[in-house]
Amino acid sequence: MTIASLIDTPSELTDAASNKTAIVLMTRIRLARNIAGRSFPGWAKPAQREEILAVCRDAVAATSPMKRSLNITVGELSELEKQILVERHLISRELSGAKSGAGVIISKDQAFSVMVNEEDHLRIQVLRSGFQLKKAWNAINELDSALEEHLDYAFTPTLGYLTACPTNLGTAMRASAMMHLPALVISNQMEKVVRAVNQLGMVVRGLFGEGSDASGSIFQISNQTTLGESEAEIIKRLHSVLQSIIEHELNAREKLLEADAAKLFDKIGRAFGILQNSHVLSSGEAMNLLSLIRLGIDLSVFPDASRCVIDRLLIEAQPGHLQHAQKGEFEPGQRDLLRATRLRSEFANFVRPDFTFSTHGKN
Amino acid sequence: MANPLKCDLCAKPATVHLTQIVNNKVHKVDLCESCAQAKGVTDPSGFSLADLLLKASLNPEPSLAGVRCEQCGFTQNDFKKHGRFGCPACYEAFKTLVEPMLDNMHKGTTHTGKIPQCALARKSLYDRLTKLELDLTEAIKSERYEDAARARDEISQVKQSVPSNPKPAR
Repeated sequence: MTIASLIDTPSELTDAASNKTAIVLMTRIRLARNIAGRSFPGWAKPAQREEILAVCRDAVAATSPMKRSLNITVGELSELEKQILVERHLISRELSGAKSGAGVIISKDQAFSVMVNEEDHLRIQVLRSGFQLKKAWNAINELDSALEEHLDYAFTPTLGYLTACPTNLGTAMRASAMMHLPALVISNQMEKVVRAVNQLGMVVRGLFGEGSDASGSIFQISNQTTLGESEAEIIKRLHSVLQSIIEHELNAREKLLEADAAKLFDKIGRAFGILQNSHVLSSGEAMNLLSLIRLGIDLSVFPDASRCVIDRLLIEAQPGHLQHAQKGEFEPGQRDLLRATRLRSEFANFVRPDFTFSTHGKN
Repeated sequence: MANPLKCDLCAKPATVHLTQIVNNKVHKVDLCESCAQAKGVTDPSGFSLADLLLKASLNPEPSLAGVRCEQCGFTQNDFKKHGRFGCPACYEAFKTLVEPMLDNMHKGTTHTGKIPQCALARKSLYDRLTKLELDLTEAIKSERYEDAARARDEISQVKQSVPSNPKPAR
């Protein structure tokens, strides 16, 4: 499989949206694993990295979910391709910056990806659309067990899976959900939510992980600690935190509608107008406008079927995808023009907003 | 505490005192103004106490100053610089450094999750094999031929129980 065909193939992230994915866009779990007796990637010499890469690539490619996968080294990827994979959450920024002796194996449906020689020898990831923590865990658990038949993991009974950074010891698992929380953002409650979530031992980040901003009102919520609790316990705890965030978001939407429905519909209507008519759109602004349309879909202003269009556009409006579609590299200023053109044409035939159902439907 | 508190990161007097409750555990940090600024403590949303505590617990412990991981040559200073360890064996070499850190960093200090059954079973077989092979050479050397025969039989037994595809990553 080649990277070009991967980008154009339907994937878990870009094509599986439904009303079940209204607030939780996707669930992701990653496991960090290392090979016993070998230096961690950050400390290993270049030759050792190459050796580990070869061993791990073979072992990963032999598992059943990775049949006919994309199996590629970071050195073989162009800057643009790396950016696209980051935008699709298939590799991390850290891996895309790796010099040599690093690689990634991505399953055909892009639900699984295994990074080799990122911070740890293996970073195994599974991605599921919607709120599916248990399914995601079952899938990744199976892949991990299959790998373990061929690889000797570094493990001790007390510390669990040994990782380069002690913050990942134990299960070495990070489970996360990508959540769309526009009403909590509009009603300025996000800060409060972040604080409460932190106190429950969970972390809130922006769309692209550590240090990224939360444009488009999309946040990643994940467990902070990995040692002292089993995978099932972590997932259960995260599940209940996510559930309560969903409830808060739904309440915030109700309140916004009750307090001043016209103001909320004005935002959605204006977003629609800008997307149909603008000529210069930055990535951040596009994300925020698309987020409002997505909220409109949840409020029945637009039909449910449009949700997957928006979710695809949230990815395709990113700089890497935009440049790939235009087959070239462009300056940020030019990209903003291209983005506006792309969205204008997409929204020219978009279903017009219908605010009647929402106002009456919610009495 | 009559003495003015010192910053956990440098030795300057601490003026910022932060208490955060994570997982029902109280974490306290005392910082001077410049460290607090540098660590983003003033911004409660972007601030992770775990990261800070990780760095804070790195104040050099004299007992470990000369220790070097036998496997990969990593030192405590390297850990201070990178915040990551060199290899899995470092966790044993720097045990006294890691253990106090874990309490602040995690919910517990003992793993209760998944166990890599295959890898562990394989490891115990290889450990047994290594030991038997040692026994065998010892027995031959000291001309205890009955013991040698027993060891040899056990070795062939163990080898049979090893799955056909095991390529131990060394």
